[in-house]
Amino acid sequence: MKNNLNSIAIRVDDLSFHYGDKNVLQHVTMDIKKGSFLGLVGPNGSGKSTLIKCILGLQKPQQGNVYLFGEKINKFNDWEKIGYVSQKANSFNTAFPATAFEVVSMGLFGRVGLFRFLKAADKRKVWEALKSVNMEQYAHQNIGELSGGQQQRVFIARALVSDPMLLILDEPTVGVDTESSESFYKLLKELHYNNNMTLVLVTHDVGVMTDYVTDVACLNKQIHFHGNTREFETSSSENISAFYGHHVHVLHHDHDHA
Amino acid sequence: MLPFLKYEFLQNAFLTGIMVGLLAPVLGVFIVVRRQALIADALSHITLAGIAANLLLGKWSSFFATANPIYLGMAFSVGGAIFIEQLRKVYKHYEELAIPIIMSAGIGLSVIFISMADGFNTDLFNYLFGSIIAVKQSDVWTVFAILIVVLLFVFFMYKELFVLSFDEEQGRLSGIRSNWILVAFMAMTALVIAASMKIVGILLVSALMTLPVAASIRIAKGFKQAIWLSVLFGEVAVISGMFLSYYLDLASGGTIVLCLVVILFLCISYKKFTGSRKVGHL
Ligand SMILES: Nc1ncnc2c1ncn2[C@@H]1O[C@H](COP(=O)(O)OP(=O)(O)OP(=O)(O)O)[C@@H](O)[C@H]1O
Ligand SMILES: [Mg+2]
Repeated sequence: MKNNLNSIAIRVDDLSFHYGDKNVLQHVTMDIKKGSFLGLVGPNGSGKSTLIKCILGLQKPQQGNVYLFGEKINKFNDWEKIGYVSQKANSFNTAFPATAFEVVSMGLFGRVGLFRFLKAADKRKVWEALKSVNMEQYAHQNIGELSGGQQQRVFIARALVSDPMLLILDEPTVGVDTESSESFYKLLKELHYNNNMTLVLVTHDVGVMTDYVTDVACLNKQIHFHGNTREFETSSSENISAFYGHHVHVLHHDHDHA
Repeated sequence: MLPFLKYEFLQNAFLTGIMVGLLAPVLGVFIVVRRQALIADALSHITLAGIAANLLLGKWSSFFATANPIYLGMAFSVGGAIFIEQLRKVYKHYEELAIPIIMSAGIGLSVIFISMADGFNTDLFNYLFGSIIAVKQSDVWTVFAILIVVLLFVFFMYKELFVLSFDEEQGRLSGIRSNWILVAFMAMTALVIAASMKIVGILLVSALMTLPVAASIRIAKGFKQAIWLSVLFGEVAVISGMFLSYYLDLASGGTIVLCLVVILFLCISYKKFTGSRKVGHL
């Protein structure tokens, strides 16, 4: 098991979670390999965000375990290795007086540590992160004065600023226009190839996603499918439709929808 | 030197006012962005209960009769602050309920203590509305100690307070132990509220914490700027309010708060004016 864990970024082992008496996750078990780019899909309310929160230690499952980079979650300490953009990132207090630069710098706080301050090198990192999402010209604007898509890019920059080994994004392109979301997916692909970053992307864009991800997992309280993208595509649309409970067209953005 | 500072009691008031004018807005920024502006009101009323308790105990015990009531007020206030943080956890989905609970408990206790102590006296009146002539030397030192503690806390915990105010989840992900920082922050707030009472009065403490911030976030770019501007507005209001209060013989709390209202009004119209000019240029 220990050997096995070396190549695994996230291991979820027989995890069950309920809010009160409402079952949200049941016996979820999966391994996410280092260097993979996983698309996590499932209908609304299927427990995707909850699973992500359990993986990040923001929610405590009633049963089961999570291991990050081989370490049991309650012993895991390298939180700066992990970047996270939450689904509700765009529902923050928009009147909050913080500049884009200040928001991105929060991503470094885990690394900088208690009682210490951002150094010049940290500030350079913040600029780089803003540049990587094309937002450097908005650095000194208040976050609330940016458009929804621009805000989302700032949150992505915040997740990237600490050079994470694992990046988890919960529906990051909601509210982002098609062109930006495409360039965003390209950015993710680049990060994945160049930095050998492990990525987990929660999304409803089943078609677009399959052009970028290496693996797909379908969740609806339980894991219904987990395999590489080719297997997912050949597993035929009936499976996916059955899983979503209604008919789904898998559409690629270079195709016409039938 | 300014002529009105030749009296010692006015020096005390002036020094305390300057310290409070810095402290209240600094903490106020975090309170306002966390959408807890009413917490200051809840804590000031629980402080009043502490002060009333001291007046009551003073009837029977010479220790309390000679003690500065501000200390028991602080003890009540800090206790109330910690209690609010706990209540917020009990009522996870109705966090704001903690505030009226503490506030009404504070008023209830105050009324009982005051009636048991045979009603109002001028002392109590000074605490309610603020009176610069009631500031003692020991108040100055107490507020100075609070100033040092709070400024050190905010200076070293700035990152943590900032990220917890913006996005608690991100804070926890950065490994920040949110619980003790938030409890410590509430305790600091309680101390500052008790410290500000003599100058602005219990009923107006929350104004000194929130109005400068309400003005600054209209025009500030970024969080640091919001803090600096809030402090600037707080100081301008406290200093000009104390002058007016002395020369026109008015209650200091009222003049300070009215100065804050004027600043707030100016900031709102400045924003409107510059905003509409931009549209005009387009
Ligand atoms: N704080 C909460 N308290 C109680 N129930 C919750 C809470 N958060 C989520 N739930 C419930 O848990 C279930 C799973 O929610 P979750 O947010 O994980 O779904 P999701 O797959 O992310 O959905 P979406 O696609 O809409 O984002 C839902 O049925 C939801 O009602
Ligand atoms: Mg979700």
